[in-house]
Amino acid sequence: MSHNLATTEEHHPALAHQFDTMDQQREASTFGMWVFLLTEIMMFGGLFTAYLIYRHKYYTAFVGGSSSIDVTWGFANTLVLIGSSLTMAMAVWAAQNGKRRQQMIYLALTMILGVAFLGVKAKEYYEKYDECHIPGQVIGKGFNATGGCDAGDPKKGNIADDLESRNVPPAAAAQIARQTEIFFSFYFAMTGLHATHMLIGLGVLAWLFLRAKRGEFGPEYYTPVENVGLYWHFVDIVWIYLFPLLYLISRNGHEIFS
Amino acid sequence: MESTMEHAHPSRKLYLLIFFALVVGTCVTYLVAKIDLGIWNPVIALAIACIKAILVILFFMHIRYSSKLTILTVCAGFFWLLIMITLSLTDYLTRL
Repeated sequence: MSHNLATTEEHHPALAHQFDTMDQQREASTFGMWVFLLTEIMMFGGLFTAYLIYRHKYYTAFVGGSSSIDVTWGFANTLVLIGSSLTMAMAVWAAQNGKRRQQMIYLALTMILGVAFLGVKAKEYYEKYDECHIPGQVIGKGFNATGGCDAGDPKKGNIADDLESRNVPPAAAAQIARQTEIFFSFYFAMTGLHATHMLIGLGVLAWLFLRAKRGEFGPEYYTPVENVGLYWHFVDIVWIYLFPLLYLISRNGHEIFS
Repeated sequence: MESTMEHAHPSRKLYLLIFFALVVGTCVTYLVAKIDLGIWNPVIALAIACIKAILVILFFMHIRYSSKLTILTVCAGFFWLLIMITLSLTDYLTRL
């Protein structure tokens, strides 16, 4: 207990005792955050790799599955997420410059855009549920991509018809439509994992908002804002790849059948 | 030396510029997907995605202004990601 405050230099209350300076502390935590993000990149990267391999193996089925998703909503969601990345970057800027009110506004905007994204995603999920495109038989109406749903409009979500319009022979089209279950498994696994990251991000943003409200961040100390910003931008980057992979790259795949 | 780099934060104007570049990229990728370009559709879509990701990493994630240690960490990570994707695909795409 011989710790003498008189010999210790005046330092920022947020400086942990194992660090000499605030700069060193920030550098260490940025490094740590990036190492964490790299493990996340490898996790999503594994899914991307598996997706590309199965797309190669079941190309026609992936064309059918991908064409059944509404690109416009995916496009709108991409813009929403890019917008939230901008407001997040602005929140970090406000923290760096000690602008407490602006920081709170930007964090709130980021959360609103994040919730908007998840709202659109929920709408898209419901559409897939309505078209009987949920893999397996567990959730409500079982997977039925060939003949449309049993109840209601029998033509709804009929992927076999779509494939036939792309010059796939009728017998093959029905079988290939069954294989779109693989595409939708990837679709829900990848967008679901992404949405989970968004939910976690929203929770962390709410925590940041409360800390910002208490005026804890300023030019000297804004590491938590910076690191949450890195996480949020990472989630944005994952979507930047998910959008073309799931919605765009397989849509024009008809020429291979003729 | 590092503290001099600390103060080179990007301005709000630059953030807006990057945002508009990302919006333009998204619109282009959306419109190009509606045109049938055969093999070039996925190539263009993924090239635009890569440009967008690089813009986000460099500016929104401040890698352009980071220390060499952080830059090296990020590069190493993406290098391993590329190894995973390319080596896996060279196998599966060349099987008879």
